Amino acid sequence: MNQRKKQSILVTGAAGALAQHVINRLRDRYNVVAVDFREQPYLGDDVPSYCIDFNKRVFEDLFKRYDFEGVIHLGRIMSSQETRMRRYNANVLGTQKLLNLSNKYGIKRVIVLSTYHVYGANAYNPALIDESAPLKGAELTMDLIDSVELENLATIYLWRYPNLNITILRPCNIVGPGVRNTISQLLSSKYAPTLAGFSPMMQFIHIEDMAEALVLAYTKEKPGIFNVAPEDWVSYQHALSLCGCKMVPIPSVPPAVPRFILRTLNMQNFPPFLMNFFKYPVVIDGRVFRDTFGFRPRRPLREIFRYYREYKNPV
Amino acid sequence: MNLRSFLKEKLVSKELDEKINQIRKPVGSLGYDPWGYNTDTVKIGYALVKQLYDKYFRVEAHGTEKVPSRGPVLIIANHSGQLPIDGILIGFALATRDKEPRMPRAMIERFFPTVPWLGNVLNQVGAVLGDPVNCAKMLDNDEAVIVFPEGVRGSGKLYRDRYQLKRFGNGFMHLAMKYNAPIVPVGVVGCEETIPAISNLKPVAKSLGIPYFPVALPMVLPAKVILNFGDPMYFPANEDLTEEEVTRQVEQVKSAISELIDQGLSERKRLF
Repeated sequence: MNQRKKQSILVTGAAGALAQHVINRLRDRYNVVAVDFREQPYLGDDVPSYCIDFNKRVFEDLFKRYDFEGVIHLGRIMSSQETRMRRYNANVLGTQKLLNLSNKYGIKRVIVLSTYHVYGANAYNPALIDESAPLKGAELTMDLIDSVELENLATIYLWRYPNLNITILRPCNIVGPGVRNTISQLLSSKYAPTLAGFSPMMQFIHIEDMAEALVLAYTKEKPGIFNVAPEDWVSYQHALSLCGCKMVPIPSVPPAVPRFILRTLNMQNFPPFLMNFFKYPVVIDGRVFRDTFGFRPRRPLREIFRYYREYKNPV
Repeated sequence: MNLRSFLKEKLVSKELDEKINQIRKPVGSLGYDPWGYNTDTVKIGYALVKQLYDKYFRVEAHGTEKVPSRGPVLIIANHSGQLPIDGILIGFALATRDKEPRMPRAMIERFFPTVPWLGNVLNQVGAVLGDPVNCAKMLDNDEAVIVFPEGVRGSGKLYRDRYQLKRFGNGFMHLAMKYNAPIVPVGVVGCEETIPAISNLKPVAKSLGIPYFPVALPMVLPAKVILNFGDPMYFPANEDLTEEEVTRQVEQVKSAISELIDQGLSERKRLF
């Protein structure tokens, strides 16, 4: 009986570590349906899971089969993966399809995961960037266009279809066990590149705190755009040393030199188009999210870095 | 961070360590604040600056007690001497005053963050990119902020223009009114003589992407520096003010600084 009263939620990007943390937090209270365009993850018998491309017509069948109340959209191809065109198709057009279907099938709550990369790493960035700051990400590098476009699209739907109750979250660097993004790969590696003479301030959020933030955002119905970041900061090189990484400095001036070196090496965990994020700080202000949703991250930076240090030196 | 711990151990005395620990400055769990300030680097910086302050520039600071001990405050001074030595000395004077020291933050020129090493070091000792958003957020955070409204017009001026105040920007006045922050004017005397420049090679500066390229001796001269802090000035919030009226208020601050400079010049017995 109880089972029938539970609301259904669609969680995208289900093969990722973050989605799995979110699903584990929600599966008791909701009927969770997981979908990913990369692979079909097994998440237990109570969580139906699908491998579907959002741009295919069969995606709509999910909305017909399950009477979704809400959507948590975590399925993004990260900026270090795939080609620019494929990322654009999946992230921007795929999201548009998802939002159109959400509107068509009367979804009442949508959470969209964005990234702090949309603000762009610029020498003139002030610290504690708030949500109303312009998105310079696309201006600085073409490779972040899909991230900015995804946001713009979600914002258009946020105003045009208030019934969807869209909340867009822009988190700082998500790190922790199982995270496969650029920064997590860097912290896990033994040798990590740095730009000589530059050690920008960074913010890190533990994957479990981020999952908590997403669940909070879903359960409290407050549409809008919010930065998500703990009130703790550390410089990049200090973070690397706390993670036990050996630093490999790359000549940083004039700017054409590191760009040439990074393009030549084309490292996945230090891509040339993210170069400026290792040069200039992008410190975001997460206080509005904290106050609106009562969010308190629980894992301090030292605990996060201890994980990476111990990961390198298993007992 | 081995270099930092090494330098801290070698340079920072227990007394200085305790003195800086007494200044209540909210930082994160690893000693940083959002603008890059780092407690340990500040301690090393202050140990080094102490020698310069006491022995090289033999700074005399009068009226440091006029800076309120808490709440947002804007410290407005004349800018001179090619390098931001004046900001460092004002900051040191306030951080080491006997009663209720404060750790002020200096707003620096926009090109510093693009300079490797120097940009990071300046950030870690408390300097902040001179952006109105940064200044606003820091006043909101109850910080004491040092602003040089002349900007590069002041620091890049030539020796023949010494102690002539250049145009002041109005931004600091808008922020003072918005955040109800008192303004403490400061007249800096002596920094003009630290790096006297006879000319500015603009094409070289342009090609290097820096604001000015002074023709000067490749050294910092040991000029005696006098810092005169004036009485706090209060400008109540008033959204109806026109820009012209705001400029008039800025002129009041400018003339207060001008008087403090004259006072410092008359106190000064000799250049070095």
